Amino acid sequence: MNKIAKLFVTFISAITLALVSFTSSFAKVEGEYIVLGSAISLTGKYSSNGVHTQNGYNMAVERINKMGGVEVQGKKYKFEIIYYDDESNPKRAAQLAERLIKQDGVHYMLGPYSSGLTKAIAPVTEKYKIPMVEANGASRSLFTKGYKYLFAVLSPANQYLEVAIDLAVEKNGGKGVKIAQAFEQDAFSQDVRLGILDAAKRTGSEIIIDDKLPKELNDMAATLAKVKAVKPDVLVVSGHTKGALTAIRQISEMKVDVPMLAMTHCDAAKLSKQHGKKSEFALCASQWHKNLSYKDKFFGSGKKYAKDFQKEFGYDPPYQSAESSAALLVFKDAFERANSFDRDAVRDALVDTEMQTFYGNIKFGPGGQNVAKPMILFQVRCKGDDCENRVVAPTKWASDKFYHPIPKWSERS
Amino acid sequence: MDFLIFKAPMLMVQASLDGILLGILFALIAYGMALQWGVMNIINIAQGDLVILGGYIAYTIYLWGIHPAWGVIISPIIMFFVGWGLYKLVINKVVDRDLFISILATFGIAIVFQQLMNFIFGADVVVAQSEYGTTMLFDNSVTLPNSKIFSAFISVLYAIALVIYMRKSKLGRAIRATAQNARAAKILGVDTEKVYAATFGINAALCGIAGALISITLTLHPYVGLPYTVRSFMIVIVAGLGNLPAVAVSGMGLGLFEEFADYILGTEFRIGAVFLLLVLILVYRRFKLSRKREYLK
Repeated sequence: MNKIAKLFVTFISAITLALVSFTSSFAKVEGEYIVLGSAISLTGKYSSNGVHTQNGYNMAVERINKMGGVEVQGKKYKFEIIYYDDESNPKRAAQLAERLIKQDGVHYMLGPYSSGLTKAIAPVTEKYKIPMVEANGASRSLFTKGYKYLFAVLSPANQYLEVAIDLAVEKNGGKGVKIAQAFEQDAFSQDVRLGILDAAKRTGSEIIIDDKLPKELNDMAATLAKVKAVKPDVLVVSGHTKGALTAIRQISEMKVDVPMLAMTHCDAAKLSKQHGKKSEFALCASQWHKNLSYKDKFFGSGKKYAKDFQKEFGYDPPYQSAESSAALLVFKDAFERANSFDRDAVRDALVDTEMQTFYGNIKFGPGGQNVAKPMILFQVRCKGDDCENRVVAPTKWASDKFYHPIPKWSERS
Repeated sequence: MDFLIFKAPMLMVQASLDGILLGILFALIAYGMALQWGVMNIINIAQGDLVILGGYIAYTIYLWGIHPAWGVIISPIIMFFVGWGLYKLVINKVVDRDLFISILATFGIAIVFQQLMNFIFGADVVVAQSEYGTTMLFDNSVTLPNSKIFSAFISVLYAIALVIYMRKSKLGRAIRATAQNARAAKILGVDTEKVYAATFGINAALCGIAGALISITLTLHPYVGLPYTVRSFMIVIVAGLGNLPAVAVSGMGLGLFEEFADYILGTEFRIGAVFLLLVLILVYRRFKLSRKREYLK
């Protein structure tokens, strides 16, 4: 080996050593910082909701750090998050989770956006026994796999529209109703569908149309023509933002009269803004609404959260941001109760979580899902061309009365 | 329940009209594809993404407060230059290579376009409002959105205009000559490079029109282009290249087939049924072809 080669080898090994010491120094708690990791969709098809999620996380980190941080064994710590862009791609998300854990030495994770990506990451965090608090994966299948390190602050997908069926039955004098439903063929929407099937069974309701919309589909004319012909009491649609926008467009164009229309993803689709009056009376499932009366000492009330968020980011917070902020509150609470940075101690503290946040009550069921917070329903109501979402169910938080039945198109101006 | 359509005959009218109106729109996209496939021997995977880009142009002018229907004039003009530029930048390097290279190249273009649109217009699903209202037939039992009628009408109008242009204009004749035999056309003084660029531009313009129409009839999202590519590919496969009436008929036929499959087999099999039909047609064509070959022997 000549001189240059020797020098080269020395150089390489020096760099490797430096890298190794650098990565290991980047461990779970660094100085006064507790380092959390998150793969998040900053580009790709989930980028808007990915950004909402990130804004929610950042807002909470800033607030908690400003208000004294996290106290563990008498010492104050601050939160810090390492983000990687997963490009809305599940494979990439799983890789990045691995990288966060193995290279960056992260010991606590925050969830990504969407059920699909959470599903991709959960096996990784489970393998390395890393506690993950997630705020944007609602699919029921996440909570039936026996994961021990997964905690979700949101209600599972099958609960999204159950309330709507109960409401319809109540309006029908307690008798079962006729349900027409159209769901996209993806994990989330099919979970919502399972919830409706349960609710129908429970209330003695009958499902008369049960369409499964292909993912590529952006035309529901056939389904709606069937709905017109069989006249159900409730029409339920779930197909992400595309489904919500397509449904309202075609229901209004085809003048489909149904007494009640229940959907998901209305606020993500900016339904009342994009379709205006045409979307009036639609019922929408939501994880959170700013008018709910939950409180905590960090953000105050939902209304105050919305105001602060608006000031910080320049738009009204969608529920994706609110639930993401709540995830940080859960972590803080768990660290303080565990009074340790031991992963299993933190995990056990997470299991025992029972708290109220501005976003809602949080208590984890055996599968990791939040069992303490009900879903809410709001209804789009308009004054002239100005439309807004008003909470109508459950009655405890309802700010407005549920308008039923929806007037016929011929009677609407 | 599955055969609701036979119990309520009005549903059959509704399904037929829905299918035909939508089919006409798809035929327009397919016509663009057939044109440049025939002339340049390129299968354009980015076809659907050009459509969506055209839609976003219409959506942008809608945001500026201009009625989105003007998109059917503005969008093709802009898209023509997008297509032209795309040819000069990428396509001219793959135009005389084999089909596989062009599929790869246009696949790459599709990805770039998706990301660009996502970057510029955001990842939200958007719609433009035409406020055209609804036509009701047969005592309100059949409803047709006027926006769909408008889009079918505009598609037919542009298709006719294009056919006339291809027959009468100098460039049109040059395009047809190049499609028949590029080398011979070149020898006879046709600037095939220009013809190719124009063809790609015209295809992009057709996509622009279709996109503008989709913005007022359906929904837009940066990543929904592929279904339009697949649909137009299918229509072209069924109709064959360079045969406009066949493209129109096959477009409407597929639209109809899809609607009826929805009623009879169920919504979940709607797209599947179309693919099954495609397989059957390809098998049938092969079968016919093999018989012909035997005959030639």
